[in-house]
Amino acid sequence: MVTPSPRPGRLDEVSTEVATPSASSVFAPRSRSGVALRVTPVDEVGLEARAKTFTTRSIKTTSKRAAIHLAISCIDLTTLEGMDTPGKVAALCRKAVRPDPTDAAIPPVAAVCVYPQMVPVAVKYTAGTPVGVASVAGAFPSGQSSLSVRIADIEQAVADGASEIDIVISRGAFLSGDYHYVFNEIEAQKAACGRAHLKVILETGELGSFDQIRKASMLAMAAGADFIKTSTGKVANNSSMPVALCMAEAIRDYAEQTGEVVGLKVAGGIRTAKQAWHYLVLIGETLGADWLTPNRFRIGASSLLNDLLLQLQKLDTGRYSGPNYVSVD
Amino acid sequence: MADEIEPTVESSSLSFSPKFNLDYAPALESTSIVSIDPEYGLFIGGQFVEPQSGESFTTVSPSTEEPLARIAAASALDVDRAVKAARRAHTKVWGPMSGRDRAKYLFRIARQLQERAREFAVLETIDGGKPIRESRDVDVPLAAAHFFYHAGWADKLEYAFPGRRIAPRGVVGQIIPWNFPLLMLAWKVAPALATGNTVVLKPAETTPLTALLFAKLLQDIELPPGVVNIVTGAGATGSALVEHGDVDKLAFTGSTSVGKQIQRSAAARRVPLTLELGGKAAHIVFEDAALDQAVEGVINGIYFNQGHVCCAGSRLLVQESIADSFVDRLKQRLSTVRVGDPLDKNTDVGAINSAEQLGRITELVAAGISEGADCYQPQCSLPDRGYWFRPTIFTNVQQSHRIAREEIFGPVLSVLTFRTPEEAVAKANDTQYGLSAGIWTEKGSKILWMADHLDAGVVWANTFNQFDPASPFGGYKESGFGREGGLQGLSPYVSLSSNELSSSTGGS
Repeated sequence: MVTPSPRPGRLDEVSTEVATPSASSVFAPRSRSGVALRVTPVDEVGLEARAKTFTTRSIKTTSKRAAIHLAISCIDLTTLEGMDTPGKVAALCRKAVRPDPTDAAIPPVAAVCVYPQMVPVAVKYTAGTPVGVASVAGAFPSGQSSLSVRIADIEQAVADGASEIDIVISRGAFLSGDYHYVFNEIEAQKAACGRAHLKVILETGELGSFDQIRKASMLAMAAGADFIKTSTGKVANNSSMPVALCMAEAIRDYAEQTGEVVGLKVAGGIRTAKQAWHYLVLIGETLGADWLTPNRFRIGASSLLNDLLLQLQKLDTGRYSGPNYVSVD
Repeated sequence: MADEIEPTVESSSLSFSPKFNLDYAPALESTSIVSIDPEYGLFIGGQFVEPQSGESFTTVSPSTEEPLARIAAASALDVDRAVKAARRAHTKVWGPMSGRDRAKYLFRIARQLQERAREFAVLETIDGGKPIRESRDVDVPLAAAHFFYHAGWADKLEYAFPGRRIAPRGVVGQIIPWNFPLLMLAWKVAPALATGNTVVLKPAETTPLTALLFAKLLQDIELPPGVVNIVTGAGATGSALVEHGDVDKLAFTGSTSVGKQIQRSAAARRVPLTLELGGKAAHIVFEDAALDQAVEGVINGIYFNQGHVCCAGSRLLVQESIADSFVDRLKQRLSTVRVGDPLDKNTDVGAINSAEQLGRITELVAAGISEGADCYQPQCSLPDRGYWFRPTIFTNVQQSHRIAREEIFGPVLSVLTFRTPEEAVAKANDTQYGLSAGIWTEKGSKILWMADHLDAGVVWANTFNQFDPASPFGGYKESGFGREGGLQGLSPYVSLSSNELSSSTGGS
């Protein structure tokens, strides 16, 4: 087991000497300012019922354009394929900077999200624009490499110019109860990010329960996450409204208990403008309008952008035209 | 941390204004599906008839104060006509009919309610002021479910009461309130018909329209005339029904004070009676609860149907260790609750049912303030016309305050605190009512202990306001007696006797 040096006072009874993950280890993290954190239990039935109510709100026509612009500006436009090439990434970057060449009022997306190998290409094609470069470093999507390899991966991506790093937690260690190990790992990877901004993927589809998701959220925030993120998009169950609500409530708890602000990124399966709107309502009603900004909310997606653009066209023409009227990437 | 994170991505959001205003658009349910007649007669013997009294009254929409229709006011003579029609139908048709055939009619009613669900939901919202979201998702589907459920019992009564000889009571008189007009109708009519009784029903004065639409539905499905009769009117109509000598059973849902009058009248002549009256339910939240869902439960428990719910969780008992943060969270959640046009699908809290009820709520809230409790209301805008009351939270409430003891029947929550489970039980039970209670804790053993010690007919754990036709509902103490729904809800509508006589005559 790797032993990153913990800062004192960050975690009760942190002992990096413990060799065996212990399921009975007490989870009692503290925030960076030393506040002991309380993790609230979650009732699944009630959570799902509340999450459903966000999907029945209708958006005001006069706000529609602003809402679509907001959703676009919150996108991490993503390509994470084994077959990614410099050509593909260059096209993606172009789309990210100017989603619709015919309409300059449309904002660029927040960032492009690529594998570390593609970071230099993405940096090259987004240089001089407000679009950030996010990279899924650290043995994405499983995280099943040694910490030193993952740290080297992160350092390389940052050196190549990535402004944001998306990492995964070690679900195996988390599920076996070794919260200290997970905490220390995140902390070490945060240190490796330097100035780059850290998003921690919980991979909620593998955590088993909402109580676990809430716990993992608090743990990741305490360990240094700038954003917590639902999923990799590489497993069967990705982001859903209940998952996002559970994590948003954890973010609100963390802010209440520590005064520190953490963002939320939802990812996987978000393809339509309507879904994006549901998430905006969820964030607005749970965390408030302060979170309705790309600084605090991101949507990891690829095909969503085109549906948003088509919805914008519909506002102007009254018709939803179809995929031939937007560029594929 | 905020200082670290914001500058990192600041550049990417330059083109976007930092504060987005989350505005919802009005999404009005179309009312074109509903047609309201200018005037309605009484539904007696399968026909709409003019009242012999010649009198009528107006029902208004509480969200606009617009008059909707003139409604006949039944006099004692009209009630007598209705009871006679019911008696005739019971003796000649419905009483002798086999359970299987009765079930067919009940299934037809249930299916028609489902098919015309939107019509019933919109009309319920127009006449009663409740949000379309609730009439559409709760009232009408549950009403249909009650008819489906009881249709299933109609031919299986010998399994409900094994070894007993089962006979219907005969003609039942039923009086229902204005908070769930169609649903309460279903709770009353479905078990009565399933067990072979005929019905004279009096809907509430302010909300008669869905009952009258239901009467038209009964004509459409060709229910034999006189099996269900609907007499509209105010208190005088109700007492004429209660005092009628030829009614075999009475069932009432409504206020405790009227319930007491009915019981007095019924006691004079030994007519079987069930009462479902008021409540002052305690919602008990422990520090180890799933707090976010508890917030939802408490909000739903008191603001559902503008708090016009007899089992509403109108008293919040919250463990002192989390009281402040929990109340903060409630207030925060309340800021997202939308009050307004009940026909808007985004609306969470609709209009108060009547000017009279609005007056009662206003009076009790003023009493709360003068007694020294702290009043909180979100600053939401209210429509200019109609009867409205802002969702209200009272903190710093003492057990002796009127707002902690009297049923307000409006969107007003009184927050009290406790230290131990024993104290929670003592405070929860310190009321003249005993209809419902809610417990929020993740600890199962505590739920069971609390449920054992609470004097309430319904105890919900980690949820609230869940209803099912198979689950009996009813109260303790001044919340009434008798149960509605489930097996227990059938027994008030049957007379049971020993089966020995019939078996011995059929045997040797």
